[in-house]
This record gives sequence, C-alpha cells and structure tokens, in this order.
Amino acid sequence: MTGAPVVELAGVSKRFGGTAGPVDALSGIDLRIERGDFVSLIGPSGCGKSTLLRIVGDLISPTTGTVTVNGKPAARARLDRDYGMVFQVPVLFDWRTVQKNVELPLEIIGSPKSERAAKASAMLALVELSPFAGHRPWQLSGGMQQRVAIARALALDPAILLMDEPFGALDEMTRERMNLELLRIWDRTGTTVIFVTHSIPEAVFLSTRVAVMSARPGRITHMVEVDLPRERNVETREMERYFELVTEVREALRAGEPPAGDGGPESGDGEPASARVRAEGLSG
Amino acid sequence: MSVALPEPPRRTAAAWVGSGIRDWLPAAVVFAGFLACWELVVVVFQVKQFILPGPLAIAAAWRAELPALWAATTYTVTEILLGLGIGVTAGILAGVLTARFVALRDSLMPFAIAANSVPILAFAPIFNNWFGIANPLSKAMIAAVLCFFPVMINTVRGLISVQPAALELMRSYAASELEVFRRVRVPNALPFVFTALRLATTLATIGAVVGEYFGAPKVSLGQYVATSFGYLSVENAWAAIVFTAAIGITLYLLVVLLERLVMPWYTAQAQET
Repeated sequence: MTGAPVVELAGVSKRFGGTAGPVDALSGIDLRIERGDFVSLIGPSGCGKSTLLRIVGDLISPTTGTVTVNGKPAARARLDRDYGMVFQVPVLFDWRTVQKNVELPLEIIGSPKSERAAKASAMLALVELSPFAGHRPWQLSGGMQQRVAIARALALDPAILLMDEPFGALDEMTRERMNLELLRIWDRTGTTVIFVTHSIPEAVFLSTRVAVMSARPGRITHMVEVDLPRERNVETREMERYFELVTEVREALRAGEPPAGDGGPESGDGEPASARVRAEGLSG
Repeated sequence: MSVALPEPPRRTAAAWVGSGIRDWLPAAVVFAGFLACWELVVVVFQVKQFILPGPLAIAAAWRAELPALWAATTYTVTEILLGLGIGVTAGILAGVLTARFVALRDSLMPFAIAANSVPILAFAPIFNNWFGIANPLSKAMIAAVLCFFPVMINTVRGLISVQPAALELMRSYAASELEVFRRVRVPNALPFVFTALRLATTLATIGAVVGEYFGAPKVSLGQYVATSFGYLSVENAWAAIVFTAAIGITLYLLVVLLERLVMPWYTAQAQET
C-alpha cells in the first residue's frame, strides 16, 4: 500500500458559529490515508468525527487547513464523483425500487440506460441482494437496506467510501454480520474506506488503522495500527492480538477524556445535519 | 445471508374488485340502515315535509326534477373545476417558489398559515361584487382562494421536509439543484400535495355552492336550493343537496384514484405496513 496518499489532511480545523458562541469542533487535524486503507474514526460524542468525515467529503468546508483527495482539492474530488457515502440512515427512496435506488447516482451522471441497469445489477450481486432488485426499500430489513445503500455508494466506483456509523442502528448480531460483509466487499473492490463508529470492537475488527479522537476541540490523539492478518473472520474476534488492540483503543479513548469522568452532556457540538439515533453502550 | 422474501403480491382485477366489495360493504350497509331509520322517523313521528322530508320523498323529487338539477349541476361543477384548477395551480406554484427562496418562506409562510384560518367564505359577497353575480368566475375565485392556502402550505412542507442525509447524499454526487428538486423534493412532496388536494375538492365544492347562495344565475345548485326553500318545496332543495354531496364525493374519489396512479409506492406501503 504505497504511493501517493488518497486522502491528505493538513492543519484542518473547524469552528461552528452558534448562538451560544463559536464552538471548536476540530483542531489541528493531520491525516494521511493510503490507497486501500481502511481507517476508522472513533471517539466520544461531540468529538467531531462525523464533521471530519464530512470535511473529507466536501459536504462542509474546514475553517482552516487543506484537504487533498487523489491529489486534488476535496471540492474538485466531489465534482469528479470520487466519493461514495453511506450514512447511519440508509436514505433509500420509497418511490424507487431497490434496483432504481442503486441506479440513482448513475442517472445523475447520465449513464445510458443499459449501462445503468448492468452496473446496478452487478452492485446488487456484490452485496448479495440480487433477488430483491424489484422490491421496495420498506420491504427489506434494516441490515438489507444498509447493504443497498452500500451498493449505491459503490455504483460509481468511487476512490473513497465514506461511512458515517453505517451499522449504528443495527442490532449486535446483524452488525457483526455486516462487518464481515463489508470486509468482503472492501476486499473485492479494493476501495479506500473511512469509517466513523462508536464501537471499539467494530473499529478494530474492520480497520487497518484506527484514529482515536478526543472531544472539545476534536483532535486525533492516537493512531492505532491494526496489525491483525488482513484476512479476517469470526476467529479474528477471538485472537489474543485482537483483544490487545481493543484494549489499546479503549485506553487511548480514556486518555483523551476529560478527568471529570463521563465527557459531559451529549451536546452533539460537532455533529451537524442528519438526525441520528445513537446506539450507545459500547460492548466488548 | 439473504432470506427469501415473498414477491410483492400482484393483485388480479377480480381480486381487486372482490376486495373493493369487501372494503365497502360495511359502509354500504350502515348507509342503507341510516336511510331506513330516517324514513321510519319521518313516517312514525309524522315530521312535516318542510322540516324534514323522508328519503323516498327526496328520491321522488330527484326523479321529477332531474333535467333542471342536471343543468344546475353542470353549471356548478364548471365553477368548481375552474376554481380547483386556478387554486391548485396557483397554490403549487406559490409553494414551489416559497420553498425555493428562504426569504419568501420567512415572509410568506406565517401570512399563509394565518390566511388559512380566516373564514374566506365570508368574502363571498365581495367576490360576487368584483367578478359579477352572473359570472361563474366569481364562484370559481372563492373556490380557488379556499383551495390555495392548504395546497400552498402542504407543497412547501413536502418540498422542504426532506431528510438532511438525502440532501447530503445528493451533494456527494454533485447533483444540481434541479436534480435534487426532480429526484428528491418533488417525489417527497407528492403525498403532502395529495393530502391537500383531497381537502381542496371539498373546499372548492363548499366555496362554489355557498357562493351561489349569495347570488348566482337560476341554473346553479346553490340558487336551486335557495329558491326551492323559498317556495317551501323542501324535498327539491334536498334533492339538490344530494347532488352537491355527490359532486364532493366524486371529486374526492377521483383524487384518491389519481393518487394511486401517480404514487403507487405510497398506497402500496400504506397497505403493507
């Protein structure tokens, strides 16, 4: 995994102006992500991890610093459709079938009809949902809806997949299956992934690197290299090294907490936009 | 990982009619019972004809007066449809502009919501004065104003109540504002607009008929009701009221039908979940 980085952040900070005075959501973020990396952003609520993800995706712009994606500014990368996004809510449109939902980005870039259909079918096959192409989103379970969202995000062969707590609303069993599923897809597509999560086990299990963040202002305090074998499966979760890494991330998180304890009220400072339902109670 | 889910059911025409009968049967029975009780009350208590005619008397009047009633209905329906056309078109256009421009939203929405709770029917004589008692446009405009505000308000709500994540998704695809409007906002607004349309059919019918009470050509349902009461041929008035009810119900059902054609996904979801 060498060569020019896919994502490079230098001196990125974000200040939100609010009625209660400005809030520093992020400060002094430097991050380099290589091609094919799987980087998780983990941290307490309000640490700005979702904000950071949105800055990389040019959904919001940083107050200071630069974001370079594939050697160009993030805004250019967005216009070039280098991103695939998956949110905590699947954002599927009920007026479209599953197939047509996956075709949406292809319609926007104006690909011909036959090409759209073929590409969407291939993506649905990748997430193993081909039999459901003609269904409506509400007829699928939460996990299946999220897999449709992943298929849609991959439809444009994006250089980077940005995922904002995509499995946060799912139950633990489904979440673990989705983790395996995502790794399989990542392996097949070779795409670079940035993954925001609240779950320590999930971050360690999925990632090549885990960026541990602290709140107010949001900073990356530790980078944990996950030196588990690339091939991961159910046994990975029982490896000694896996537990060590989980502990390492947990201790890094604790080190970033304010001494008073629980990190204060859930203000959601640096977490704009989408209404989120948080799955609290980190297990493992 | 994939669990076989049954194919969405495809209903045959026969099954559709069958379920239609099943759905409507209880209501039809209740309605027939209601008519029977009405007739019974009128006969047993010997209610005077000018207080309350029985359904049979109304039916007889209905048959005798059919040509006159039909002419009046045609006239009034023209007013209603004209009013609906003007009010709904203007309401949707105003809604689109208001949703698009935040400045308009901030300045117009409170006004629209306030106007929506004003008894606009009170303006009926003024509209007659402006557009002319004999001009169908005077009633059409009352109907139009009555429809306008609910349609506008619901259009705005439907266009702006889009999931923030949906907008972020479209932004991540570098979709133009027109694309977002076409592919996200409009389909999202449709259920809201249809809710307003259902209401609009009722409001337009009320607007036109009540407008006619304040003055209209003889060949109109409102005037027919008013003059029949004047001559104490109350069963004729009731026969005309049955026509106004039929107009309202028919228009409502037409909107429901249109709704099923335009957004089949919405009705299907309502039935399945």
